[in-house]
Amino acid sequence: MLSMIVKRVAAAVPSLIGVVIVTFLLTRALPGDPAAYFAGPAATAEAIEQVRVKLGLDKPLYVQFMRYVGDLARGDLGNSLTTGQPVGQEIRSRLPASAELTLLGLLVAVVIAVPLGILAATRPNSVLDHCCRAISTAGVSLPVFFTGLVLTYVFYYLLGWAPAPLGRLDVFFSPPPQVTGFYLIDSALAGDGEVFLAALKALILPALTLGIFSLAPIARMTRASMLAALASDFVRTARASGLTPFTVVVTYAFRNAMLPVITTLGMVFSFLLGANVLVEKVFAWPGIGSFAVEALIASDFAPLQGFVLTMAVMYVALNLAIDILYGVIDPRIRIES
Amino acid sequence: MTNIALPDQRGASGHGLLATLRHARYILGENAVTAFAFALFLLIVLAALIGPYVVPYDPLASDTAAALKPPSLAHWCGTDQLGRDVFSRVIVATRLDFVIAIASVALVFLMGGLAGVAAGFFGGWTDRVVGRIADTIMAFPLFVLAMGIVAALGNAVQNIVLATAIVNFPLYARVARAESNVLRDAGFVHAARLCGNSEMRILLAQVLPNIMPIMVVQISLTMGYAILNAAGLSFIGLGVRPPTAEWGIMVAEGAAFMVSGEWWIAFFPGAALMIAVFCFNLLGDGLRDIADPRRRT
Repeated sequence: MLSMIVKRVAAAVPSLIGVVIVTFLLTRALPGDPAAYFAGPAATAEAIEQVRVKLGLDKPLYVQFMRYVGDLARGDLGNSLTTGQPVGQEIRSRLPASAELTLLGLLVAVVIAVPLGILAATRPNSVLDHCCRAISTAGVSLPVFFTGLVLTYVFYYLLGWAPAPLGRLDVFFSPPPQVTGFYLIDSALAGDGEVFLAALKALILPALTLGIFSLAPIARMTRASMLAALASDFVRTARASGLTPFTVVVTYAFRNAMLPVITTLGMVFSFLLGANVLVEKVFAWPGIGSFAVEALIASDFAPLQGFVLTMAVMYVALNLAIDILYGVIDPRIRIES
Repeated sequence: MTNIALPDQRGASGHGLLATLRHARYILGENAVTAFAFALFLLIVLAALIGPYVVPYDPLASDTAAALKPPSLAHWCGTDQLGRDVFSRVIVATRLDFVIAIASVALVFLMGGLAGVAAGFFGGWTDRVVGRIADTIMAFPLFVLAMGIVAALGNAVQNIVLATAIVNFPLYARVARAESNVLRDAGFVHAARLCGNSEMRILLAQVLPNIMPIMVVQISLTMGYAILNAAGLSFIGLGVRPPTAEWGIMVAEGAAFMVSGEWWIAFFPGAALMIAVFCFNLLGDGLRDIADPRRRT
């Protein structure tokens, strides 16, 4: 088991190297002179030259790259042009907001999609099956920012059930004392029921938006792999042995059908992390996505570079976790390695 | 497709074409959903072609007296904060969104298709280089990478096209690689080689035409994603700039009015975007059924 994990981690290293090279090259692709760019629009020729020396832009490309890697190793992602603050610090303080939203969105998607896929597979060509099909085709067609806006209109403006789409907490509440940075967990730890409810209310619509967007591939894959599992010999044997339908479907078929579903999660995370940016903009969510969008509007490149790097590293880590989880669930993979 | 072995080569291809058409008609007749998607597709193409000439209002003309009016007979989809007709803007925007999607898909078809075919056919270091590039792109969440590329290359429409093409590169390269890897050892390739054709000629004249059907299906499957990606980028303020009529930017402009009840400004462009993507996804599934009935789900 341990050797498998080590192998998987080693396999993720080339991806990480690729990610670092690409984020480095993105800065070099900036139009015009990067030194003039980082010095700001009002800089004099000497100021530009100073920035060039300070950033090491007068050195050859490989020296610049080593320097970039060295900075990364120290956790230094550069400073924001507009605020002058270190990008790494800003991203660290905003990350929990994004993580809480994304994970809850994934939870919503899994809780809806997996039972839907199982039910659709156990009753092929039923109304439920057609529903599952329609939902999984419609789900991938919905622009995530559009879903978010429609949900806001219905549940905030028309029904008044949801709070205004203005961040993680209503202005009347102060955030709970920081432990994990997840408001739901922190407020529960502090025993503050009111803040917990307020945080949950603010989370529901954005998490639902992300969930609707990402449930389609999960439902589709669950249905397809359940159909294959239900048609297999061991399920027929289990049925013939007189096991209850529930045991057959859940214990026998679903456990085997789970593997392709978990593989799909890698793709789902790619969607989720991208959609996260759009949802954060719609709901004014103070996460790293809206940080990147603000930087984009101000043509401030360092925060964006830090953001792309953080997202990519998280995505590589998530894929690694999925790989390892795969080995935990499927004993055959452990034996092979 | 229907594999009936005929002795005469020319007869077989003629028969194949006819059979494909018959199969296509069968699919369209059998599958009302695909026929519906096809009709919708024609409507979108029509809107892109003649939209700007038939809309009732100038999409850029503002009329502050008629600002923020709900849908009515005069303004079918209402007017926005500057009094511009939302219906006209939605129809006119079809062309721009359509062109962005087609351009990026055509670009990735060329880049990814050629790179993938070469990787599968030659193997060796070509395969390793293409595979490594595809893996590196796949290591990023795709929309995030597209954001980074547009931000670095500059905020312009052609860079949206390029970024959308780059993030789709691995999909095309992998499909083309898998297909040409199989064809590498096909009988007709060996025959062409024995006739003295150069490797490059075999690649372009024998292998490439034979992976076309699968690649065309790939196009229709990724077209919807290309539109979504481009609209998402312009929603966060990249690429297309106001006052240009484009679905993503129109939704962004209408977003602020959604919370005060003026739903129509963002709703209609968003709905148009959704219908277009839905249409391409349905069409992609239908085309895949025609080209490759085994993959039907």
